[in-house]
Amino acid sequence: MSGLLERFFGRFQHDWFILTSLVSKDFKLKYRRSVLGIAWSVLNPLLMMFVMAAVFTFVFRGNATTQPFPVYLILGTTLFNLMNSSTTNGASSIINSAGLIKKIRINKMIFPLQKVVFELVSFALSLIAVVIVLVVYRIMPTFNLLLLPLLLVYMLLFCAGLSLLLSALAVFFTDIIYLWGVIIVAWTYGTPLFYPINALPPVMLTVMQFNPMYHYVTYFRSITMCSVRPRVSELLSCIGQQQLWQPAWQPPGLIENLVCFGIAIITFGIGMAVFRATEKRFVLFV
Amino acid sequence: MTKQSLKYNQQKPSIGHPVVLVKDVTMMFNIANEHLSSLKEYFIKLATRQLFYREFCALDKVSLRVEQGDVFGIVGINGSGKSTLLKIIAGVLEPTYGNVEVNGTIAPLIELGAGFDFELTARENIYLNGALLGYNRKYIDEHFDEIVSFAELEGFLELPMKNYSSGMVARIAFAVATVMIPDLLIVDEALSVGDMFFQEKCLDRINTLISDHGTTVLFVSHNIEQVERLCHKAIWLEQGVVQMTGSTLEVCEAYKNSKQ
Repeated sequence: MSGLLERFFGRFQHDWFILTSLVSKDFKLKYRRSVLGIAWSVLNPLLMMFVMAAVFTFVFRGNATTQPFPVYLILGTTLFNLMNSSTTNGASSIINSAGLIKKIRINKMIFPLQKVVFELVSFALSLIAVVIVLVVYRIMPTFNLLLLPLLLVYMLLFCAGLSLLLSALAVFFTDIIYLWGVIIVAWTYGTPLFYPINALPPVMLTVMQFNPMYHYVTYFRSITMCSVRPRVSELLSCIGQQQLWQPAWQPPGLIENLVCFGIAIITFGIGMAVFRATEKRFVLFV
Repeated sequence: MTKQSLKYNQQKPSIGHPVVLVKDVTMMFNIANEHLSSLKEYFIKLATRQLFYREFCALDKVSLRVEQGDVFGIVGINGSGKSTLLKIIAGVLEPTYGNVEVNGTIAPLIELGAGFDFELTARENIYLNGALLGYNRKYIDEHFDEIVSFAELEGFLELPMKNYSSGMVARIAFAVATVMIPDLLIVDEALSVGDMFFQEKCLDRINTLISDHGTTVLFVSHNIEQVERLCHKAIWLEQGVVQMTGSTLEVCEAYKNSKQ
């Protein structure tokens, strides 16, 4: 029994070393030729936020009602970007690793997971940008921020599940990769990233409950922004409604955690099952 | 009824156990009549029931038993199934039918340098390739100098690999793959790159592994002299069927006669 456990642990250690080596390779390659190097991981979300904040404050006026809007923006877009990049890169990971898969015996699951871990580390770096914005807008951290690791576990499972599923399907049908690009665009606009949720008609609020990214983005915003009090003008506009005097963001309760975890684990389970069922045939198709 | 069974034990083979046991292995490839890689085509074909595949038999009931310390040559013309057999033994391909049992650690020298990234430096590639071959970081740290000196890389370590000659790349790959003392070494056309001196050096290294460490070797080469020099047993494949198994002299003689 202990021998079996030891062997399992040995395999895991072996795979983990390969995974970390590949992730560090990705980092070296990504910034090798740039002057600012890894600082781009922080700069990029900041600059993106400036662009979008400018567009939605000066061009599409009226959308930026949720205050402070730049904080609202950067929280939504960085988290969404984690899902976007890890699944998009994950989808083509098996096809792009054809050279290795055809030549050495390797746990193929490493490749989609490599992309997810890489994006998770990038996300951690972009949190520096988030902190800068939070400091600028003087948003006090609360103990609710301690829930962040939990959110990252949900995101890890969710993105890993999607990447495993997409990478396996893409081996047999390359179309999946192009189709996913379109789905991601639709998903970006279908998630309240640059508009407040109450800008939507009530019907859409119900539909939104079926959007996993809506749950994760809301989770991220609520644990970060729950010290933000609504401004007087906002309060005046909702006199007579029940949310009067309530803080703008409620920290996630047990139900919300269960929903987020449920979505993540089901997605992961499906991705894993499809990957396991098809991985033996990859080598014949890539 | 199970179609195939595969066993890969990392432990050293115990006395009396073969290192490689291949039994009645058949490998079929589906060659789609047309290559379907779009969903639309697939569903149209599925709906109109035109989804036929042509089957191609790369290996037909091949059996092979390699004992500890054997140096086994595999000969045959192009397309006779040599590489397919090696890939099945290395665990890259899974056979359609048949049993495969491998006891011990494998160092596959199948197409040297799989997993090299040519944008990375040689130093980074040595670590990456070592990881892919199953070494841990400590092991690579300890043997780093040994790899560098074997590959004759001193002074080039921090250069991106894209600036290297193909011979240099092959040297690094060979050095990384053979720094470990494997129970089974699989060599597939690996020595066809690199200059004569390097080929000699590689053969020397393989000979040292055989004589000093009792490493079992599976060797594929078009160079029949190399096979004769290195191996003492051989198998001859022809269109996926075993023509002959036996001592190198007999098999190579028969093989050469058949080609004249």
